[in-house]
Amino acid sequence: MSVLKSGTLSQERIVFLFAVVLFAAYAVFLDGFLMANNLVAILRSVSVLGILAVGMGLVVIGRGIDLSMVAVMAMATAWQLAMMNAGTSPLLATTIVFAGVVAVGVANGLLIAYAEVPPVFATLASASFVFGLVRSRFIVQDAVPVPPSASFILEFGQARLVHMPIEVVMFAVAAFLSFLVLRFTKFGRYVYYMGDNYQAARTMGIPVRPMIIGQYVVSALIAWLAGLITAAGLQSINTRVVNSTLLYDVILVVVIGGIGLSGGKGGMRNVVIGALLIGIMLNGMTILNLPNIYQNLIKATILLIALVIDSRLNPRDEQVGQQGDI
Amino acid sequence: MTTKTTLTRTLAAALCLATLPALAQETGDPGPAYVQSALAGKKVVLIPLALGFDLAQGWNHYIGSEVRGFGGVWETRDPNWDTAAGAQAITDLISSADKPAALLVHTPDLTSYSKLFKRAQDAGIFVIQVDNRSNFASDAFVGSNWETLGELEAKAAVAACGDGSSKKIGLIQGDQVNSSSLDQYAGIAKVLKDHPDFEIVGAPDSNWDVTTARTVATTLLQQHPEVCAVIDFWDNTAAGTAAAIRDAGLTDKVKLVTTGGGEELDCKALEDGTFHAVVMTDVKGQSRDISALLKFLLQSGLKPGQAKSWLYTLETATTKADLKPGTCWSLKDVQAAEAALAK
Repeated sequence: MSVLKSGTLSQERIVFLFAVVLFAAYAVFLDGFLMANNLVAILRSVSVLGILAVGMGLVVIGRGIDLSMVAVMAMATAWQLAMMNAGTSPLLATTIVFAGVVAVGVANGLLIAYAEVPPVFATLASASFVFGLVRSRFIVQDAVPVPPSASFILEFGQARLVHMPIEVVMFAVAAFLSFLVLRFTKFGRYVYYMGDNYQAARTMGIPVRPMIIGQYVVSALIAWLAGLITAAGLQSINTRVVNSTLLYDVILVVVIGGIGLSGGKGGMRNVVIGALLIGIMLNGMTILNLPNIYQNLIKATILLIALVIDSRLNPRDEQVGQQGDI
Repeated sequence: MTTKTTLTRTLAAALCLATLPALAQETGDPGPAYVQSALAGKKVVLIPLALGFDLAQGWNHYIGSEVRGFGGVWETRDPNWDTAAGAQAITDLISSADKPAALLVHTPDLTSYSKLFKRAQDAGIFVIQVDNRSNFASDAFVGSNWETLGELEAKAAVAACGDGSSKKIGLIQGDQVNSSSLDQYAGIAKVLKDHPDFEIVGAPDSNWDVTTARTVATTLLQQHPEVCAVIDFWDNTAAGTAAAIRDAGLTDKVKLVTTGGGEELDCKALEDGTFHAVVMTDVKGQSRDISALLKFLLQSGLKPGQAKSWLYTLETATTKADLKPGTCWSLKDVQAAEAALAK
């Protein structure tokens, strides 16, 4: 925050600048990049990533990290669809899965807040647990289709609001609501205090432990929302996504956007900017017909450059040095 | 005289006694006993890329039934798309006390398992590669000739486009390391050489991920809305490509050609027009080939590594017009049969 006020270049600004430059370069050199439909396609392509990053951002600002998000996203949705395929009513299936998702969030929170397990390990373990449990007990194959009876899910996936696909709308809503919560509610301000200095926040009388549980419940629910939106668009959910690089992409969006992993910094604006940069980058590279391996290489190189520039411009202070990053 | 007669009678009786049961046992067919000695108790292990998709479940059921049927021991390992986990499973099996007689491996790429295959063969284990080839020629490969498969896809796409069309085709490839993707591309390129008026306008990778397929297909259609056909290298990712075509409102204009295991979902997608053509792998026939090969190798007296063969599965491009009851197999039925076995 202080860096922003002092007017120096923050990582967020660097990334924003980079996104603008990239956008301009693509607009000039790539035919068809600037067409309205392509811009909508860019937004749509990063919507699910962005929604996940909203949840991850909330947790990271509070100095945590939720590595179980992609597992919850895929497995909760797959379980719900599997139940519906087996004839359970949509309402009942949704209620059961809601309870399951909340339970995962509460379990994460309890492990971190009360058992004091570092968030990286707690959520990494719960991710494996969620995947293993659902994969072995509740579904029989990787891909679970949306049942034909649940046409409302398909219609939801096709819906548009002011010409915007529903995914984009949901990303905007999730980011805006989170912005409001972080900015204007007590909970939101406490998240910053907690992320900035956990001990001090606790001494002040902020109920840090219940708040941690709350954070992880919210991130789990947001992950489930991302899964439902994915299923609505694709008419199925494929649990293979748990093995993909999606989780790292989510962290990439959060970090590249400028929410420091040491907590207490940044906001939803960073998530939106991070997601846009990734979207613009990938879209342009696809138009250029770059193979996937090169796309990953370029993505990783840009992340490294962003991190190096950030650490040059914003050197670690004494407080971060003492508390350590994740 | 009497002693002689008695002796003869006793001898005759003894002979009768000796030959009777022998006659009952040997019909003159040495087969069953030989098969029993060669196959009974032999362990066969399937290591697919993952057990959770249609092809692997089909193999597990159809080959598993045959192996159990000849008195063998059938096992599977599930690396769940993790190459390292698959390598670990193979290593463990090679060094286990109860060594398998044969490994059926669905290789993830051209090179990762090559050294392990050699080690398995040196340890006396037959290695049959299934579906995806690698750079190492083991005892046998059973699966698609992916180049032929690509040719079939390209021909289906060319036919779907027709003469009056834009003659522009988009490809959604898998990746750049897996033989099934590389060889499919080679096959498609080969056919398009004979149709110089046709052009590939974009060929992004899905990395075998359905969401990525949707994103790259959206971009491809955005850049080239005039394409008349898209070939997606796998029916699983084609679900994402189909979503992109639907989003772009091009369902009637862009024909989607893909390849898959011929499970019911493929037939359903052909029926409702989501897919225009699917080059189907005949899983039942392929499983039968593998079973026959196992029976042969284990009886042949051959040592692992001594002979090589390639058994290519017959592939056909299926369109809506070709659909008949029984064109596709049902994963549901296979799973029900497996569940009944487990009880």
